[in-house]
Amino acid sequence: MNKSKSVAFFGVCTALAMILAYVEVLLPPIFPAVPGIKMGLPNIIIVFLLYRRGPIPAIAVSLLRVALVSMLFSNAMALLYSLSGAILSLLVMIILRKLNFLSTVGVSVAGGVAHNVGQILMAMLLLETSELFYYLVVLTVTGTIAGILIGLCGSLIIKRIPERLLKF
Amino acid sequence: MINMKIDSTKKHNRNDIIFIVALLLIATFGALYLFVFRDGGNTVKVTVDGKTYGVYSLNENITEDIHTGNGNLNRLVIRDGKAYMETATCPDGICVSHKPIFRDGESIVCLPNKVVVTVTTTDTDSPDVVI
Ligand SMILES: [Zn+2]
Repeated sequence: MNKSKSVAFFGVCTALAMILAYVEVLLPPIFPAVPGIKMGLPNIIIVFLLYRRGPIPAIAVSLLRVALVSMLFSNAMALLYSLSGAILSLLVMIILRKLNFLSTVGVSVAGGVAHNVGQILMAMLLLETSELFYYLVVLTVTGTIAGILIGLCGSLIIKRIPERLLKF
Repeated sequence: MINMKIDSTKKHNRNDIIFIVALLLIATFGALYLFVFRDGGNTVKVTVDGKTYGVYSLNENITEDIHTGNGNLNRLVIRDGKAYMETATCPDGICVSHKPIFRDGESIVCLPNKVVVTVTTTDTDSPDVVI
């Protein structure tokens, strides 16, 4: 295990996840009636890491990505918001991967929906309101569709990147 | 090679489909509940930071400036039986681009300014006056 190579590798992964998060900001809204819906593109990197490098690198890159993107492009409130989404999404994906009854597509769908649910739960907590059910319904549908696409992308990358490129 | 074959079995793919269909079914029931079985409300409730700020009728056309402290402002407009946020000082503008709400239980949330606008139904209007 070469330390500097693995530092470089996880640095590149974090940078890629950040770029995907930024691309998402630039894209036009998927569903203008409910703003704030995102595809969850950075999840491609997180799913890849989870399957090819295990839970710890996936957690590290995901949390770093959320912290850096929030610091660069938004505020502390948004950090809290997306951090809760990222943590719930990681938890769900790690557990489902361990249980091993879904493919990468199913796992990334669950991760995408959990990301949205985590954010809404945090919003309910912050605003002391339970009246966000409407958002939950819409985000479950969009999160499922986006999760299928991201899972298909992710599973291609998981299968195609040769292991020798990941040997440090 | 780690787990290269872990996710390509037929059983996994079948489970995926069951899982995705179940999720979409749950969402469909939720959507049916929200959009079909629920009528329009008649009252708009505004809370700021979890505390009730004001209650307005959905049947009157009003413009209300909601002051949320620190100079922040959300302008709520009720017109033609629908409520929407016209302007807001929040950085994301999510509340302003939200579509107008009128169904019972629908809400517009401004997370940065901690404002929640919710449509509810109160029984204060006598039912035989409606239409
Ligand atoms: Zn707002």
